[in-house]
Amino acid sequence: MASRAPLMKGEQSYATVTDHISSTLLDRRTPRVLWYGFALFFLMAMGFLYGVTYLFVQGVGVFGLNIPVAWGFPIINTVWWIGIGHAGTLISAILLLLNQRWRTSINRFAEAMTIFAASMAGLFPILHLGRPWFAYWLIPYPNTMGLWPQWRSPLIWDFFAIATYLTVSALFWYMGMIPDLATLRDRAKNPWSQGIYGALSLGWRGSAIHWHRYQTAYLLLAGLATPLVVSVHSIVALDFAVAITPGYHSTIFPPYFVAGALYSGFAMALTIAIPLRAVFKLDDFITLRHLNVMGKVMLAAGMIVAYGYIIEVFIAYYSGDEYHRYMMINRAMGPYAWWFWGMLICNVVFGQLLWFRWVRTTPVVLFFLSIVINVGMWLERYVIVITSEHRGFLPSMWDTVSSTPWDWLVLFGSIGLFFTLMFVFVRLLPVISMAEMRELVHEQHESGAGAHGSGKESP
Amino acid sequence: MSSNTFLYGIVAAFDSAEAVLAAARRFREAGYEHLDAYTPFPVDGLAEEIGFSHNRIPLIVLVGAIVGALLGYGMQYYSAVIDYPFNIGGRPLHSAPAFMLVTFELAVLFGALGAFLGMLVLNGLPEPHHPIFNAKFFQLASQDRFFLCIKASDPNFDEERVGALFSRCEPLAVSMLDEEDLP
Repeated sequence: MASRAPLMKGEQSYATVTDHISSTLLDRRTPRVLWYGFALFFLMAMGFLYGVTYLFVQGVGVFGLNIPVAWGFPIINTVWWIGIGHAGTLISAILLLLNQRWRTSINRFAEAMTIFAASMAGLFPILHLGRPWFAYWLIPYPNTMGLWPQWRSPLIWDFFAIATYLTVSALFWYMGMIPDLATLRDRAKNPWSQGIYGALSLGWRGSAIHWHRYQTAYLLLAGLATPLVVSVHSIVALDFAVAITPGYHSTIFPPYFVAGALYSGFAMALTIAIPLRAVFKLDDFITLRHLNVMGKVMLAAGMIVAYGYIIEVFIAYYSGDEYHRYMMINRAMGPYAWWFWGMLICNVVFGQLLWFRWVRTTPVVLFFLSIVINVGMWLERYVIVITSEHRGFLPSMWDTVSSTPWDWLVLFGSIGLFFTLMFVFVRLLPVISMAEMRELVHEQHESGAGAHGSGKESP
Repeated sequence: MSSNTFLYGIVAAFDSAEAVLAAARRFREAGYEHLDAYTPFPVDGLAEEIGFSHNRIPLIVLVGAIVGALLGYGMQYYSAVIDYPFNIGGRPLHSAPAFMLVTFELAVLFGALGAFLGMLVLNGLPEPHHPIFNAKFFQLASQDRFFLCIKASDPNFDEERVGALFSRCEPLAVSMLDEEDLP
């Protein structure tokens, strides 16, 4: 332990930590690069609105869907977004329970990422409905039709899983922020900020008894969120696995989807963390050691994903089922072969770069690698959804499908909306938990001088 | 300012977690019971030191999770077996394994709501106004200062004795804190 690089660079005290993180919100002007980024993503978000409006007016026919391929882009995007939304809770909850102190500087924005990504994931099934105005039929309530949801359907489980996940993530995020909102209330100089942060902080005064209950509640929330995060992507995987379609009907799906979720979630966390630390000069807190550790988690998750790919091929052969075998051959050599090989190159081949420490600790390289992996994970969902459906059991069921500009507009639009929300978040709320950083400073002072102050960057 | 003010307590500020912990211990040993500490981050053992023992949050979470699970399962059982029995593909009306997922999700949801709301309600939050906010430099309690308040409601409260005891704890500052009478 002692030989490891510190989790904070330089000599830090309670005041410097608080000052540094809160000044990005209260004192400093918005960096110009943030305006450019915001403008770009806001434009994309407007594209999303336009695409969705057109979709609602015209119906789902504007997407590249047909009868064997009924799922298409909306479901690909749902699964992709919900996967991205998993790293936040993993970082916050599981690493908290495992007492991994390096989570402290990255959990807050990762939780924000989770909430925004899960919101995107929640939108797409509604966009995919033929009659989206009936989406509320998923909610069980005594109605005049006398009907109830079908409890044996994974789509209903999905609704409960995503709704619960969104609620619990939001509670976890907000609760973790209450002490920091109090800090902002106390530091803010303009009455508007004081009022707004003050209202949001609920009158938090840092009483020792309050802290005690707060910590217990926070830890229990983490304990509840841990099985929840595993259940959510498992249930999303069951949407596929419960269907008897070759390529969907597979017991490996739940664990393989959870590993894929971690892979893409950590990739997105890096995609956000690396520019964030550069723009807000947070490299004292999000150090190269953090990037290194996140790279290692990604490598481990990526290897499980690669194992999943291998098992899929093996089971297709081993099952002896000719439809299953044909699905696999078609996936690798049929009309969508490029997507399949692209997925393997992005996720498996490029993923191996993470074995090198140089890659894990060079922010620019890691940033581009994280984007490649995000693309690869999107391709994975494309391959699973499209290639399994487009050639069913009988050739009379076969058809190919091609995406329309509306598919791409809504996909990139949702990316724009996601980043717009992230930009608003980093400008208005503390991206790093100040209370937890102070706790970390306290621990490091307690454990002696050796643990910090060297200021060296070697991870 | 109304003239109807009375003493709320005596507040001392410290610059470290260890100092406030030691001061709290000293006051507890001297028999004081109505005290509270305010810190910028959770300090291990401080709540116990100022006499806090019953943490009811775990029980609330447990009850929440059980209520959620029962409600989830009950809803599915009632709707699929009693209210609208419908044969779907020959599956039993009471499909226990399939009912487990929604049951689990609702258990987690209610447990989490229990943790969050339980924390707020037991802590009496939101509470925008509190006498302690008038303490000098109290805005630092959310940054890098640690405060200990001995309330005037304490049966042993005596301004001079409290002041004397505080001065032995080497605080940064000690001040009297008034509370305004609400009209």
